[in-house]
Amino acid sequence: MQPVTQAGGSPPAGPLVALTDVHMAFGAVRALDGVSLTISPGECIGLIGHNGAGKSTAVNVINGGLTPTGGSVEYTLPNGGTGRGAAVARSCGVRSVFQELSLCPNLTVEETIRVPHRDLGGFGWRKTARKRISSALDRVFPGHGIDPGATVGDLTLAERQMVEIATGFAEGSIAARLVILDEPTSSLDSAVAKQLLDHVRAFCAAGGAVVFISHMLGEVFDVATRIDVMKDGKVIVSGAASEFTQQGLIDAMGHVAGLKAKAATSTGRGSHIGEEVLTTPDGLSARRGEIVGLAGLAGHGQAEALARFFMSRSAGLRHTRNPEVTFVAGDRGRDGVMALWSILQNLTLTTLPKLLRGGLVDRKAEVVLADDWRKKIGIRTDNMNNPILSLSGGNQQKVLFARSLASSAPIVVMDDPMRGVDVGTKQEAYEMIRQEAEAGRTFLWYSTETDEVIQCDRVFVFRNGQISAELTGTDISEENILAASFEMHEAAS
Amino acid sequence: MSAKYRILLPVLSLAVLLAAVFYLQPRTMSYFGLNLLFNLAVPIALATIAQMMIIMVNDIDLSIGTFISFVACVTATFLYDAPLLGGAILFAAILVYAAMGALIHIRQLPAIVVTLGMSFVWAGLAVLLLPSPGGAAPGWIRTLMTTKPPLVPMAVVACVLIAAVTHILIMRSATGTLLRAVGGNAQAVARAGWSVMKLKAGAYALAGFFGVLSGICLVGLTTSADANIALRYTLLSIAGVILGGGEFTGGRISPVGAVIGALTLSLAGSFLSFMRLSPDWQIGAQGAILILVLAVRLVFNRSGSKWKEAKNG
Repeated sequence: MQPVTQAGGSPPAGPLVALTDVHMAFGAVRALDGVSLTISPGECIGLIGHNGAGKSTAVNVINGGLTPTGGSVEYTLPNGGTGRGAAVARSCGVRSVFQELSLCPNLTVEETIRVPHRDLGGFGWRKTARKRISSALDRVFPGHGIDPGATVGDLTLAERQMVEIATGFAEGSIAARLVILDEPTSSLDSAVAKQLLDHVRAFCAAGGAVVFISHMLGEVFDVATRIDVMKDGKVIVSGAASEFTQQGLIDAMGHVAGLKAKAATSTGRGSHIGEEVLTTPDGLSARRGEIVGLAGLAGHGQAEALARFFMSRSAGLRHTRNPEVTFVAGDRGRDGVMALWSILQNLTLTTLPKLLRGGLVDRKAEVVLADDWRKKIGIRTDNMNNPILSLSGGNQQKVLFARSLASSAPIVVMDDPMRGVDVGTKQEAYEMIRQEAEAGRTFLWYSTETDEVIQCDRVFVFRNGQISAELTGTDISEENILAASFEMHEAAS
Repeated sequence: MSAKYRILLPVLSLAVLLAAVFYLQPRTMSYFGLNLLFNLAVPIALATIAQMMIIMVNDIDLSIGTFISFVACVTATFLYDAPLLGGAILFAAILVYAAMGALIHIRQLPAIVVTLGMSFVWAGLAVLLLPSPGGAAPGWIRTLMTTKPPLVPMAVVACVLIAAVTHILIMRSATGTLLRAVGGNAQAVARAGWSVMKLKAGAYALAGFFGVLSGICLVGLTTSADANIALRYTLLSIAGVILGGGEFTGGRISPVGAVIGALTLSLAGSFLSFMRLSPDWQIGAQGAILILVLAVRLVFNRSGSKWKEAKNG
């Protein structure tokens, strides 16, 4: 285990942060509706809940980014005093690692730490910055292989997430005492995620506190000492992690759809699959109505393979009413969402050629189509003309699903679309994908989560940019996928 | 393309163009010839740096040309007659730039509109000051611009100096890093507790400062001013930033590249004169050179993994 020093010193007896009956309203929307919770040194709190439950708002209230409209948030300073507000939160050592990557892609790894670390400056600040980020990376992710002089934009998604997490744990003039991790493992493969979980445990053991938000319940059970379940802006259940079971948590969050659906479809699996519709030079192939999974460790060429295929079938000067393939983005900010557009406009983007009447967009038909999909897929909004960014991450993802599924394209390419999406939404999406597949659509699905991949009809495992195994039927299991992903790493070492 | 190689293309374009000029007119390969070639590049380089400060924070400044014209008019009149008052006016102009940056951020206005509006204000003020060409350059700036350092002409020394100072200021210093961070991800900067408004105002103030330097240098070279003296600097400065490896969004800029870009652009003018191209065609030809360089850059960017660039860009 790596030594953890920055949370050292004798922790004050009281809680680090205490929320008392916090209310937060954005206009008519009540994001938090009376949340009370305390975070004490040495605790790792697993905060779970489905999209829109108020987790992100809670995080922003805890770190001082938002001032609640009711109730109070009080921080205990290292010297024992108490205070409120964002500045106090910072001097109290509260750090946040956000769900959407919040690094500056134009800076180098060492330069990024300048943004949160206000004390860096003067001659030789770069050396200090490099030392801080390198030692944090070495501590949290031993063997990470990230050059502190590299430009962030040139890193892979997983590496960027690692840098972001390391920044949260890095030493500074104010030591980290409470680190809030919002979906920290969404882009990490399981080996790297495990390093993080180990570090979180060590950090808490040394007297630090962590708020750990994840949709991967296994991880939450792995690290959390206490689990708080949020629903509709309230903490509905709170207790020691040992008191819960995974099923119990899913039930508490209000989604019981879960496991039954999985069992139901496995019987009908395969009967609707037709002739081969695609093969690529990489060795990918898929048949009509098939759900093909792309597995393996994150960043081993799956996304690139999808992109190459998608470009080969869609690039061209003509836009068409009936595209051959459509793309569901996983990195919503970069590949998916038109940030300034409304939900409606985002949803109908791919289908616009079909909504033309005399060369102009038929507004009525557009509204009808969007409303149709809102109901079908359960987008949580009362007005489709709201800006897309008013939706939570999972609901934005639903819009992106709807955008692709509303088109007539027979092949759907999905680039890890479930990143940061809650369990309930996931189950709904799985169901939808299965129905669409039965209706004859082909899915190419890259996922970093094993439990998604094992639902596929066929799985290609990627390693170092190449397909290392093709699994079908009963061969599709976590063990086989892991074996195919790791084999060469062991041979090389 | 990673930042390390970003600078290669501007350097290469300048080298190619310089070689072509030397080939066409070998007499330029001298102290005097180089000074003539690059003399007018100094104010353009400063204007390009000013524009770069704005592009750094994801905005664009359409008023820099008229602003420099205004500064030139102030330099040739007030700064000549009453240095203290002239200095105060120029300082106030920098404050106006800072205020403009703050306003653009607070009201979330498009910079392109605000600066376009301001360009008419500066142009109007310049005409009020000097309705007809005239004025005189203060002695000290005239002396500075016509100094003849040993070995290397003043124009080259000045450009190297500008590049070095702004490189340290923007690329190396902690504050410069923060300013670039605003261009890269303003939300992240705000979340870390910084005032993006102050940072943007700072970037605009820097732009104003370098704009003032540009105007003063220009008068030092021309010895008199005119209300329309630097109108073409607006587009030249934008082209210079892009030519130097900068990008319109994302805080990806290079001060050294920007200076090289400015040099390339001013050299392109001389090159076309040596080609005996009629002045009517020169602007078009300059544009063609610009497009050529940018096309080459695109090819550079695409080589390697096409998707990886999109993936990580």
